[in-house]
Amino acid sequence: MKLKTVILAGTALAFATSTALATDLTLVSWGGAYQASQKNAYTDPYIAENPGINVIWDESSAEAVAKLRAMNEAGNVTWDLVDVVASDAIRLCDEGLAMEIDADELLAAAPDGTPASEDFGDLLVSDCFIPQIVYSTTFGFRSDVDEWGGKEPTQICDVFDLETFPGKRSLEKRPINNMEWALLCDGVPKEEVYNVLETEEGQAQALAKLDTIKDNVVWWSAGAETPQLLADKEVVIGSTYNGRLFALIEEQKQPVKMLWDAQVFDLDGWIIPTGLPEDRLAEVKKLVKFATDTQRLADQAKFISYGPARKSSAPLVGQHATLGIDMAPHMPTDPNNAKNTFLYNYEWWADYRDDIDAKFQAWLAQ
Amino acid sequence: MSDTTDNGQVLTTQDGKPLKAALRRALRREKLRAFLLIAPLLIFVLITFVAPIVDMLFRSVENSIVADTLPKTVIELNKWDSSSGEAPGEEVYAALYDDMLIAVDLKTHTRLGSRLNYEQSGISSLFRKTGRRIKRMDEDGPFKDQFIGADKKWGEVETWQVLQQFSPRYTDGYFLNAFDAQRGPEGIEMKPENEQIYMFLFGRTLFLSIVITLSCLLLGYPIAFLLASLPLRTSNLLMILVLLPFWTSLLVRTSAWKVLLQQQGVINDFLVWTRLIDDAGRLVMINNQTGTIIAMTHILLPFMILPLYSVMKTISPSYVRAAKSLGANDWTAFWRVYFPQSVPGIGAGAILVFILSIGYYITPELVGGTSGIFISNRIAYHISSSLNWGLAASLGTLLLVAVLVLFVVYDKIVGIDNVKLG
Repeated sequence: MKLKTVILAGTALAFATSTALATDLTLVSWGGAYQASQKNAYTDPYIAENPGINVIWDESSAEAVAKLRAMNEAGNVTWDLVDVVASDAIRLCDEGLAMEIDADELLAAAPDGTPASEDFGDLLVSDCFIPQIVYSTTFGFRSDVDEWGGKEPTQICDVFDLETFPGKRSLEKRPINNMEWALLCDGVPKEEVYNVLETEEGQAQALAKLDTIKDNVVWWSAGAETPQLLADKEVVIGSTYNGRLFALIEEQKQPVKMLWDAQVFDLDGWIIPTGLPEDRLAEVKKLVKFATDTQRLADQAKFISYGPARKSSAPLVGQHATLGIDMAPHMPTDPNNAKNTFLYNYEWWADYRDDIDAKFQAWLAQ
Repeated sequence: MSDTTDNGQVLTTQDGKPLKAALRRALRREKLRAFLLIAPLLIFVLITFVAPIVDMLFRSVENSIVADTLPKTVIELNKWDSSSGEAPGEEVYAALYDDMLIAVDLKTHTRLGSRLNYEQSGISSLFRKTGRRIKRMDEDGPFKDQFIGADKKWGEVETWQVLQQFSPRYTDGYFLNAFDAQRGPEGIEMKPENEQIYMFLFGRTLFLSIVITLSCLLLGYPIAFLLASLPLRTSNLLMILVLLPFWTSLLVRTSAWKVLLQQQGVINDFLVWTRLIDDAGRLVMINNQTGTIIAMTHILLPFMILPLYSVMKTISPSYVRAAKSLGANDWTAFWRVYFPQSVPGIGAGAILVFILSIGYYITPELVGGTSGIFISNRIAYHISSSLNWGLAASLGTLLLVAVLVLFVVYDKIVGIDNVKLG
């Protein structure tokens, strides 16, 4: 009898402590090297300081918008913090699925006291969006193509130049970025691109330019495809995220070089789903404040070649954690790489994405 | 049979109840018991299969978001004549002001904006922008000028036409879109040619699914025949070879085809090495229809082989032997005696493969390039990226209807009773 009581009491105690100790937070991210960099730079140090927190990763960022909407309709949101690209954050914010935040209240100020809203500046593209990194979609090319006779592409329009640089290209299977590049190389000035693309004629013009290389394009839908295609010599030039090309060049030592011209900047960051219960929300807020402070964002760049979203983090960017090379020259935001950049117009694409995507897909299918 | 005797008396049980009623009661109890036994399954099927389909059918016409978000505006707007060529009057803008104030508080105005943006580009930012301005507007009016001042789109007839057209709680807009059509000033018309895609993709999906089914049949039939006729030891080994890829991850198999088929891939390298083709003439076998057909045939092959095998296993070898002893040559014995008996297996396998392939999207996405993608790829896009679930639902409904129609046609031609899984 006595033994039984002891066992019962012991079990009860164990249950009580385990529930009191571990707060599970579900973070949603992209998996792979990117999620690993977040784990190393954000959550591992956070858990070390707060042993009561347990982080569960869910690699669902690619379908985050649809899944969050389904969860919301079912009235059971199980995610606490979701990593999405800025355009998805805008969509989630519009749909009322992401919580609006006050940057200065939620996020830590820079070490010198600059409020977060100034430190992040223009990168706070939506009321719900907490930026982490600046990445860019840009081109990589093989440096060992015999047919090119020693020449190397130096500017974006070389992608459209099949005579000087014959061979297959890989482009993303969506209109965003491709339409802008096509217009830029068809003589449209940078500041006019979106005005031109707003018109039927402008859209036709961009597609006509893409038509000139259509037969030589392999279309990708996952970021890992272009590095693989380049490594297999299936394509000679291809667009993808700059971090993927960094891994291909510096980690896998493939004969591939970066073409930074007209790289398109984009942002990735967190959103907090709406409808979290108070206690979980409080824990999420603590984690976000820690994970997006100046030092943490700078630390992330040790593991992946994406630029920190805070201005105050840039000087703190150091060397790669395992390769030991300086990371600053590999950042898309580095002055040498950012001589000619193109900023993705989120608001514009939110308006025209559905329409232009329909036309683009019809064009692709022809 | 009759329940009355010849002299007109009703048959009764021992305690005097009519026999028919007593029997019916006993049977009813039995039926109820049987029903209770299958009830869990029935409820399971209803909840997990029928309900989602009904929900999907409903979503393809449901459109209450406009009337729910802007109730007053919708009522006022119904009085407006869209063919007048002029923007509506002050009372509509006043109603819009009232509705928007509530919508901004509930943060539903941006939702409505993205819904209407599917119909006309630019409405998304119109609502977002107006939502930010609404609190700063003068609440005494006049509202028309203030709205047009916030964004000149509020003064354009097209904006109001879209709002009016999509104000009813049910819409055929999604279905029109799925048929590549739209509602113009003169009624329903086809979309401009450079935007037509869905009907084309439906056609391609059907065509490729048929090709895949046929190639599965061509490849699967001899294998199933071998499996059924070889001695058990050998056929077991062969069976494992059939099942092994079946148990391997779909993505692994698809990626393996990439390695094999790409231009710098194993097959092309081999052909160049054997001088069958030269280096410049490497074959393009992936990122097009060929890639989709090859990879999907491989993936779906077991679904053809297994039903074929289980039917062939039941065909007694003595029939063929009898045919041969009666003077038939090998071909005649096979074609006239063996093949007709295996037709139920072909029916089952063909339906299975066809229905699976018509809804496939992962493999076409990975190896199909632009000419090998299916309608399901667009459905997946609208579910996960554009969030246009209404359009996705109507495309899904059309796909469902297409499959049902084919099923009926199949039943008429081959007969659904003539299908056997073993």
